[in-house]
Parts: sequence; structure tokens; C-alpha cells
Amino acid sequence: MSGEIADAFSRAKARGEGVLVAYAMAGDPDLARSVDVFAACVEGGADILEIGVAFSDPIADGPVIQAASERALKAGSTLRRVLDEVVPAVRERCPHTPLVVMTYVNVVMALGEERYAKLARERGISGTILPDLPPEESLSIRAAFDREGLELIPLCAPTTSPKRAEGIARDARGFVYCVSVAGVTGMRSQLPANLSERLGLVRNVSPVPVVAGFGISSAEQARVVGAHADGVVVGSAIVRAAQADGPDAARQVCADIKQGLRR
Amino acid sequence: MDTQTAPGRFGRYGGRYVPETLVPALQELELAYAEARKDPAFDEQVAQVLREYVGRETPLTPARRLTALWGGAEVWLKREDLAHTGAHKINNTIGQVLLARRMGKKRIIAETGAGQHGVATATACALFGIPCEVYMGALDVERQALNVFRMKALGATVHAVESGSRTLKDAMNEAMRVWVAQVEDTYYVIGSAAGPHPYPTIVRDFQSIIGKEVRTQSIVSFGRLPDAIIACIGGGSNAIGILHPFIGDTGVRLVGVEAGGHGLDSGQHGASLTLGTEGVLHGSRSLVLQDEHGQIIEAHSISAGLDYPGVGPELAHLAKQGRLEVRTATDDEALAAFYQVSRTEGILPALESSHAFARAADLARELGKGKHLVINCSGRGDKDVATIAARGMPAAIRLEGA
Ligand SMILES: Cc1ncc(COP(=O)(O)O)c(C=O)c1O
Repeated sequence: MSGEIADAFSRAKARGEGVLVAYAMAGDPDLARSVDVFAACVEGGADILEIGVAFSDPIADGPVIQAASERALKAGSTLRRVLDEVVPAVRERCPHTPLVVMTYVNVVMALGEERYAKLARERGISGTILPDLPPEESLSIRAAFDREGLELIPLCAPTTSPKRAEGIARDARGFVYCVSVAGVTGMRSQLPANLSERLGLVRNVSPVPVVAGFGISSAEQARVVGAHADGVVVGSAIVRAAQADGPDAARQVCADIKQGLRR
Repeated sequence: MDTQTAPGRFGRYGGRYVPETLVPALQELELAYAEARKDPAFDEQVAQVLREYVGRETPLTPARRLTALWGGAEVWLKREDLAHTGAHKINNTIGQVLLARRMGKKRIIAETGAGQHGVATATACALFGIPCEVYMGALDVERQALNVFRMKALGATVHAVESGSRTLKDAMNEAMRVWVAQVEDTYYVIGSAAGPHPYPTIVRDFQSIIGKEVRTQSIVSFGRLPDAIIACIGGGSNAIGILHPFIGDTGVRLVGVEAGGHGLDSGQHGASLTLGTEGVLHGSRSLVLQDEHGQIIEAHSISAGLDYPGVGPELAHLAKQGRLEVRTATDDEALAAFYQVSRTEGILPALESSHAFARAADLARELGKGKHLVINCSGRGDKDVATIAARGMPAAIRLEGA
């Protein structure tokens, strides 16, 4: 298996920090300028980049990322163009940052799962998150990804039973993405009280690191959650900042969150 | 012949492609539904409400003037337009809302296109005293103002969805998002035989009452099973409902009619079985209208209930196997059929059902005299009169064979 993701976690741990997985939408506001946003996130301290590939019907996303998808699609973003034009450029500017793609299963199926896995690895992608692909449906995609050494990162939800969570964690590649709130992506002022317990449970059985995401937008939230996880994912806060004020604002969000992840 | 190959699978199609948050709820629903099916009291409760409240069974009406006009097979109409609320959608909402109540759910959400499913859900919720929220594309809110009023009058809250194409698919996206956030105590009543497992099975089972009645009624009315049955296809619930009980009867031709919109080569239609490719939309793998990059293409139909770029997985499977014959009717053909049926039979069919009527004329002639054709009149056209009137009444309405 590719060690890039594991290395990023080890490096952060050695520095006494939780990992920041920074999500932004490829192609928002256009393909070239989204590269600047990704690079800015790394300058702000992001350890792993999550490259959002737009889908027309993003059922797991809240209004901020939905709107970003619409902008990216208008700008001509497609999975193929992200792999050909965005990923190599990000790779060049951030050679040491593992890249993970986040999109929906239909987008990968349209390209072909085998073909996607091969192309993604060739362009330097380490892993992929498909929020509408639960473990029951993931066998063939995971086999295709495993053959190319592309990690299929699973999600775990607040509604997932402990037994099911154990199964998901045991089979995980890359890291386990624990969804902190029952809901879609987007910023929340409050995170559920029992989040730390659930993170602990998954962490106990998982062979790979565990991160928490959905709803995290402040250094304080990152500090609280980061105490129980190996890292956090921040998406909507970055997407919103980048849309309003450009790459500098995205850099600042990442730097703030990173403050909260110092141990 | 059973089309179900594995739990939730119809050949290659079906499955459960949803956020992990929803998986436990879908498993809970699958279990609760299996238990309810084993409980004769549940069946009896559903049957009683359908009888006493919905007005089932709905008639199988001979269409003598259409038969004469078309000059082919004897034409019979399955009158789902006479079911309470004016469409077949009520068969499913009564079943699902009773199931929700059995599961102890506190709140119902639903998506709607034409508004018929929204009205049917709001009706069942009013009947059983459960709060109801309906998500509807903003464009459909405009097109189906009458149904929006009906839902509100019945006590439901209607949310206009502004994202995407502002039609049915976006309403379904939004309902799924809301469900993800409130999955613990909320039941999502899906209105067509689509969506993640177990919905395609649940909706098909509740709608199969249509076909079961047709079986008995056709024997009583003309002494044998029909030679062909035709129904319109949006997501496919009225079609699978009337067709499913006949899948094993190879002598019965099963025909579905999709929205041809402005024409199949116009790019503006809802013909996902005819022109769709394999993909995942709203939690199931089926045939969908999409571009080469996997982005869903917005559907178009004059009829809000057929304006959907996907189709239920079981129909996709039946079509691929060749058991289901798939045809299309354009907006204009549906409109012409609307007037033809209104003037020859005194029945204003829904624009959705008008698509089935538009192709039924050809099919009746193809079958020829001495054969029996059943058309699923899935709903009544009252909800559509504003849309139809806005086009202006045609100067001449063809009453000879179209
Ligand atoms: C009267 C009527 N017929 C047909 C349909 C199409 O749906 P389905 O294909 O699920 O029957 C609708 C949907 O709103 C409807 O209202």
C-alpha cells in the first residue's frame, strides 16, 4: 500500500500535532485558480489535501459545497480534467502533501473504476473518498483500487452501530473518516457531546488513523475534537473563505485550525 | 419469474448507494417491513384503509368509444384516477405511513414532482395525525399550484427547492439531505419505485394492488388476461404496480411509455430507459440520463411527474431483459391524447397518463381486433389544467385515429 498518507500522520505526530485534512472544490472558481487555493491550504499548514470533484447531485453536501459544485461544473470541471489539469499542478506545488479525491460514485463509475484507479495513481493521488458508497456496495471498487494501490477511505457515521463501526474500521485503507454529525457537510456551532466516545471506539479497532469531519470550522472545535482523533477534516469553512476572499483566506482558515491541533 | 436476484438487487440494478448515516435507517426499514409483511394484521389494516378510505378497488372501465376510434384491440382503462386524491400514489403512501407509524416515527418527509405524491402523503399524514413536510422543486411549485394548495390545506409544509433544475430530482436530493440530518425519528416516504433498497421493493409491493385487481377484473370482465398492458413511466411506480403481477404471464405484453419531451433527439426529454446509461442516482444503480462525465442531465417533460432523469431499478432490469417494451411519447403527443381521451371517454387523464394513452392508440392497432388492451389511467388531469390551458385550446382536435 501507498505509505504517503501514513507518513503524513507520522510526521504530524512527531511534531506533536493533529493532522489537518483540507477540502476544497477543484474547479471553483475555475480550474487554475482552484490550484492556488489548494496550494494556499498547504502553506497554511494542511497535511493532506482533499480534492473535491463536483457532482450534479451531491446528496451528502450542504449548501456551501453544493454551490461550489455548481460553480465548478459551470467552469467545466470534470473528473478527467481534474486528474489531468488540477492534480499535476497541485502535485508540483505541494510535492510532499498526500492528495485524496472526494467525489460521488457515479462520477467514478462513468470514467470506469479500473481506469480511474490507474489514472489517479499515475497522477499522484493516494486515496479516494466516496460518500455515497457504503461498505456493502464497495467490494468491486475496492478491489480495483487495491490493485493500483489507491486507498478507498471509508466513512463512519454517528448512526453506525459499534459492531458495524468495527467492521468498517478493520477494513479501512488510508484513514477512517468519522462523520461527526448526522447530517450533510457544513459548519455547525455545536458538535455532539458523545463524539469523543465514538472516536475512541473506532480508534481502538482501526489499523489506520482516524479523523473527524463535517461541521468543524474553528480552532476551538479542532482542539476539542483533535484530542480524540488523529486529525480533522475541514471543508465548508475553507470553501466559503476561498469563495469570499480567495486563496489567502483559505490559508488563514487552515492556519487557525492548525493552531487548534497543536498538542 | 421473480426479478429480485439478491436483497435489493434486480439483476445488475438496485442496491443502496447512500451516505453511511442512512445505512442503519435503511436496514431498520428493511427489517420493519419484513416483519410487517409477516403480520396478517398489517396487511388487513392496509387493505381496510384502501377499501374504506381510498375507494378500492378502482374500476376496470371499458373504453368503447376509444376502441371504436382506434379501430384495433378492445380498450380497457384501469381507473387509478378514481382513487382518493386522484392518482395511484395514495396506494403507496397509505402503506408507508402505516409502516412509519408501526415503527414509531414522529415525522414524515416526502419529495414530489407533480404534487400527486405530495398530496397523497399529506393525506395519509392527516388521516393518521402525523406531521408532514414535502420537498418540491421550485419549478414544479409553479407548475402545480393547485397541488401545492392541496398539500397546505391538508396541513403539510411545502418546501420549494431552488437548487439544480428545480424539479423532481432536486426535490429528492433535498429530501435525502434532510433525512440524513433527522434520520432518528423521521420516516422518508419515497413516491416512486426508485431510491435505495428497500424502497423499490416496498413501493412496488404497495402498488402491485393495481395489477392484482386487473388480474381478477379482466377475468370477470372479458374472461381472460389482457393481451397487453401499457403504463407511463416516470420513476415507474404506476407501471411496476400494474405490470408486476403479470411478469410471469409471458402471453401478456408489458409496455412502458416514457416522456419524449421535445423529441428524443432534442436532448430535452425524460427517456431514461430508452436513452439512459448505467449509473447511480438517488441511492440506486439503474439507467439514468447523464453525460460522459457522470453528471446527471436535467430531464424535461410537460408533465412534472415524468420529469425525472432516472427510473426504478426493477423496470431497468425488465427492460434490459426485454420483458418490458419501452416506447416514448412527446409533449405534443401527450397533449393531443389528453384532448382525445377527454372528448371520447369523458375522462380528463393526468398528463403523465396521457403519455400512456398516446402510445396506446398505436398499440391497439398493432394488437388488432379481438385482443384486449389495458391502459393504466394513473391519475386525473385536474392538476394539469392550468398547464394545458396555458398552451391554448387547439382549434381542431383530432377525433379520428391519431
Ligand atoms: C398521475 C401520475 N401518473 C404517473 C406518475 C409518474 O410516476 P410513476 O412513474 O412513479 O408512476 C405521476 C407522478 O407524479 C403521477 O402523478
